[in-house]
Amino acid sequence: MTSYGWIQIFLFFLAVLALARPMGTYLTRVFERRVTFLDRLLNPIERVLYRVTGVNPAEEMRWSEYLLSMLVFSAATALLTYVLERMQAFLPWNPQKLAGVAPDLAWNTAISFTTNTNWQSYVPESTMSYLTQMLGLATHNFWSAAVGLALAIAFIRGIARREMQTLGNFWVDMTRGILWVLLPISAIFAIVLVSQGVVQNLRPYDSVKLVEAQKVSTTGADGKTTTSDVTTQTIAQGPIASQEAIKMLGTNGGGFLNANSAHPFENPTPFTNFLQMLSIFLIPAGLTVTLGQMVGSPKHGWAVFAAMSVLFAVGLITCYAAEAHGNPLLRGVDQQVSATQAGGNMEGKEVRFGIADSALFATVTTDASCGAVNSMHDSFTPLGGLVPLVNILLGEIIFGGVGAGMYGMLIFVVLAVFIAGLMVGRTPEYLGKKIEAYDVQMAMLYLLIFPLVILGFAAVTVLAPSFGLSSLTNHGPHGLSEILYAYASTTGNNGSAFAGLNANTHWYNTTLGLAMFIGRFLMLIPMLALAGNLAAKKTVPATSGTFPVTTPLFTTLLTGVIVIVGALTFFPVLALGPVLEHLLMAAGQSFK
Amino acid sequence: MAYENKKSKSLFDAKIMRRASVDALAKLNPKTMMKNPVMFVVEVGCVLTSVLLVTDQLRHRGHFGFDLQITLWLWFTVLFANFAEAMAEGRGKAQADALRKAKSETTAYVVTKNGVEERPSSQLRADDVVKVVAGQMIPGDGEIIGGVASVDESAITGESAPVIREAGGDRSAVTGGTRVLSDEITIRITSNPGETFLDRMISLVEGAERQKTPNEIALNILLAGLTIIFLLAVVTLQPFAVYSGAPQTVFVLISLLVCLIPTTIGGLLSAIGIAGMDRLVQHNVLATSGRAVEAAGDVNTLLLDKTGTITIGNRQASEFVPAPGVSNDQLADAAQLSSLPDETPEGRSIVVLAKERYHLRGRELGQLNAQFVPFSATTRMSGLDMDGRSIRKGAVDAIARYLQEQGSDLPAEVRASVEAIARSGGTPLVVAENGQALGVIHLKDVVKGGMKERFEQLRSMGIRTVMITGDNPLTAAAIAREAGVDDFLAEAKPKDKMDLIRREQAEGKLVAMTGDGTNDAPALAQADVGVAMNSGTQAAKEAGNMVDLDSNPTKLIEIVAIGKQLLMTRGALTTFSISNDVAKYFAIIPAMFAGVFPVLNTLNVMRLHSPESAILSAVIFNALIIVALIPLALRGVSYKPMSAAALLQKNLLVYGLGGIIVPFIGIKLIDLAITAAHLA
Repeated sequence: MTSYGWIQIFLFFLAVLALARPMGTYLTRVFERRVTFLDRLLNPIERVLYRVTGVNPAEEMRWSEYLLSMLVFSAATALLTYVLERMQAFLPWNPQKLAGVAPDLAWNTAISFTTNTNWQSYVPESTMSYLTQMLGLATHNFWSAAVGLALAIAFIRGIARREMQTLGNFWVDMTRGILWVLLPISAIFAIVLVSQGVVQNLRPYDSVKLVEAQKVSTTGADGKTTTSDVTTQTIAQGPIASQEAIKMLGTNGGGFLNANSAHPFENPTPFTNFLQMLSIFLIPAGLTVTLGQMVGSPKHGWAVFAAMSVLFAVGLITCYAAEAHGNPLLRGVDQQVSATQAGGNMEGKEVRFGIADSALFATVTTDASCGAVNSMHDSFTPLGGLVPLVNILLGEIIFGGVGAGMYGMLIFVVLAVFIAGLMVGRTPEYLGKKIEAYDVQMAMLYLLIFPLVILGFAAVTVLAPSFGLSSLTNHGPHGLSEILYAYASTTGNNGSAFAGLNANTHWYNTTLGLAMFIGRFLMLIPMLALAGNLAAKKTVPATSGTFPVTTPLFTTLLTGVIVIVGALTFFPVLALGPVLEHLLMAAGQSFK
Repeated sequence: MAYENKKSKSLFDAKIMRRASVDALAKLNPKTMMKNPVMFVVEVGCVLTSVLLVTDQLRHRGHFGFDLQITLWLWFTVLFANFAEAMAEGRGKAQADALRKAKSETTAYVVTKNGVEERPSSQLRADDVVKVVAGQMIPGDGEIIGGVASVDESAITGESAPVIREAGGDRSAVTGGTRVLSDEITIRITSNPGETFLDRMISLVEGAERQKTPNEIALNILLAGLTIIFLLAVVTLQPFAVYSGAPQTVFVLISLLVCLIPTTIGGLLSAIGIAGMDRLVQHNVLATSGRAVEAAGDVNTLLLDKTGTITIGNRQASEFVPAPGVSNDQLADAAQLSSLPDETPEGRSIVVLAKERYHLRGRELGQLNAQFVPFSATTRMSGLDMDGRSIRKGAVDAIARYLQEQGSDLPAEVRASVEAIARSGGTPLVVAENGQALGVIHLKDVVKGGMKERFEQLRSMGIRTVMITGDNPLTAAAIAREAGVDDFLAEAKPKDKMDLIRREQAEGKLVAMTGDGTNDAPALAQADVGVAMNSGTQAAKEAGNMVDLDSNPTKLIEIVAIGKQLLMTRGALTTFSISNDVAKYFAIIPAMFAGVFPVLNTLNVMRLHSPESAILSAVIFNALIIVALIPLALRGVSYKPMSAAALLQKNLLVYGLGGIIVPFIGIKLIDLAITAAHLA
């Protein structure tokens, strides 16, 4: 660990902290339909959109209507993308003349982008045409993020409102989220990215002559090895910057290129790297402030921010320390930091980012449900790789995905209030709302689905040598981590891959697709039902007898509940995965 | 506030413990266990391991000594939980037995058109009219419609001093099973057989009709949810273990499951609820439902009647303020004389004040040859005439009118002191002699000692106190200030009380109040916690959801504390139970896999002796902690009024942090013990 590394990390957190309040205040204004500086430009567009689509912006929706609208919208956009993928060969902006996408992959991708997961079972530059990327995938990046944002706002309204049956209007929330928040910030961000060297064009791929010809041997399906001389390299092009901005801002994470943010065309400089990480946390951190403002207790928002920050810091320090420490199995290899090398475990990391920025990126991208990567998580040390895995298994509530992180965190808040609330001698109250049987039921249902899907699929997979284990390239504890990571990443709608696992098989495509679907849509039902129930409650005025949700003590409690209830469920399997691998590595044992 | 009651039986009475041990076994019935999802899962685990223990023996497999111990301790876990519940019920049952004795059959003398008819008390129906004379048992609940009697109610209240019950007013209700000590009364029976107060009381203390309270239901859902999550974690662990080449036995997996699911709170939850009700009974308060006890903990606003609750029943003379030109002695003398025949507490207090302050000895009326002028509604004065002295005392307007008739006026100075006294919350009485005003007596409401501190405590807990009084706003404000209540309702009529309750409830607040009169009944019914005085009318008792057998309105504050203590005990043990899991993981997980992967012993932070001893220690700790916490569950966590933030901090430290640390120590100690005993 270097002081330079710490300074970058410190600057990053400082920027998150500094931007939280302006971002949060702006979000509050946008969703409470108050005056903003963009109104003159956007109000007419908003009005036209509503008139064209027949939306009545004054109409309020019950939780079930809100849910239904969201599902209808998601289904429609998923279908649109599916059709686009299948038809791309007949459509323009396909300079590489790429064929239509196969049905199962097209379906998987459509679901993946609709659910804000952006799990990619394909190599984008050799699969998706420019039109598909722009009209299908990039738009989904906006839509799925706006949907998440709308859901979080609906949940916050559930807490803030009193004796009301409704949570707002889904169409209005989503439209305003795109027009006022996602589009303007992405536009500016994209231009900044272009200035740093991110490409933005519709040209055919470049073909360049290699300085030095390479001999490449490949083993075919028949077992025969063929060796060929490679003298040219194809360099993919495309409208990358425009997609890159929303990929990060909307915590989507689906790369335009296969190498994702490790690729110099996506993430060329340490500065773009810094901005990309910052844009992941920008809206989720702002939402904590929005929470505080909308429920009328700014301090509560900061208490939640603090709990997120603590968990972020613990993960980051663990990851950074583990990666900087290097790999003890590489005896005789110089892994020390020096003026000429980053030191530590540099396998799978970009030299221009080094250890600190790779560890920070891995932590941030899994704290949030982004899933973009600038280094290969599979190549991290066991403890370094444990951090992204645990971050996802906690439910991606450490700032979290756009919107999804906030409502996931609020479920934990409700639970923490319920568990400890009785200890102050009253029926547990969250900001004046009594937490009763129905609320606990919905919160527990939400919490139950998550491990059910992850552990259930992973358990079946490890028992099946034919369709489950055959995809593994690593065995032993690391193989277990890879399988666990795949189901965690999809259920949590993260989308990052641990790699090392060939997920493009019938079993994995089906179950991972199912995991993404359940992780997004099934978990929404209890979440919105809880919000609807909270909105209908009376609010008991706060007194000195009210459960405090604004203090450092509350932050400690919330963190404790997240760790004990959230993480302990996965402790046994983690002990057999990354923890065991770490201990074995320290003892000098490795696996093939 | 300590809740140890002299009358209550010791927590671990040998007889109750014997009975509870038997009941614990009876409760193993799966039908009963189903009501408690957490312990039901443990019982299913027990059955599974027991069957496996036998089949393994037949097939010469397994690790008999270890498997047997695990199975036994799992059964103990269930039995300990059942024992806790049976213990809590035991005290109620003992009390119910005592009450049943009071319910013994008596003969009722029913007044009918054809004269008095003898009938067994069990055949009395509502609206029968019975006569009871001194020495007889009152045959059923009813309302006195004629006569007055002293009644021994010790069978119900445990209080041996007799109470006066009389027809009309708010002291007309009598209870079946109590005994008339003197005089004779006629009673109209108000309840049918099986529905009497005593019947209700027996079923309440026995917990026969116990239903889960809202909070208990919510908590049960949380516990069931956690149980499912941990069930999932354990069931899926086996495939991961198989993948890793370290498959586990069913005994070990069930041990892990039982240790992880919240058995501590799951096993004690119903005992806590029953014990909470029981604590109320020890305080001589009967709640018609557990819901009411819970609501007491949630109360935001307390409506307290001024008289009897905040002030001691009556006003007392505190000062004489003479008119200009009148000496203190002169005024005191006149005041005392005029009050000699006055038997009201106020009148007596004037005599006492004159004696104590001005050393005027009380004189006997008979020796004075005086003519007493009693208080009448028209003159609104009282006094006496003797030896040419005509002394009158009364309210200021009454005396002013009297003086006017005599051709004189109330001096401005007297009027000024009257106003000063009224402003301070006192009641001024003006004394006049022979048409001349002598001065003013200051009658003062005396606030009970220690009330201010108690209201201060309530405030720190976020509870607002509202004083209800028939006094005028000026007087009310002064007393409210002195007593330290947050608000007051002056010149309160029953409807005002009702409106106040509705207003508070509309804001989402919960309201508690006490009442005894029939006109209190609607408000008692509307309040979230309505405590009726046992001395009150039948209507009041039926409208409220609690009855205070001691008829002590101040007890409302204790009822709130008991409710809070109940909720806190649940929360504390829930937090403790969940926190315990951390240590159990560190005991069991390394033990499960260290055989195949010795490096995992690094996680064995407690340095437990062997995998078997580690797992056994965790299971034993898990079972014993239930027993260890029974006293806490029954007695409730210690509770001092303080703000929610302070309470949370204290309890989180004790039960949260303590819950993480204690099992590390406990499991280590058990491991040392069983290793020393060569059990594993």
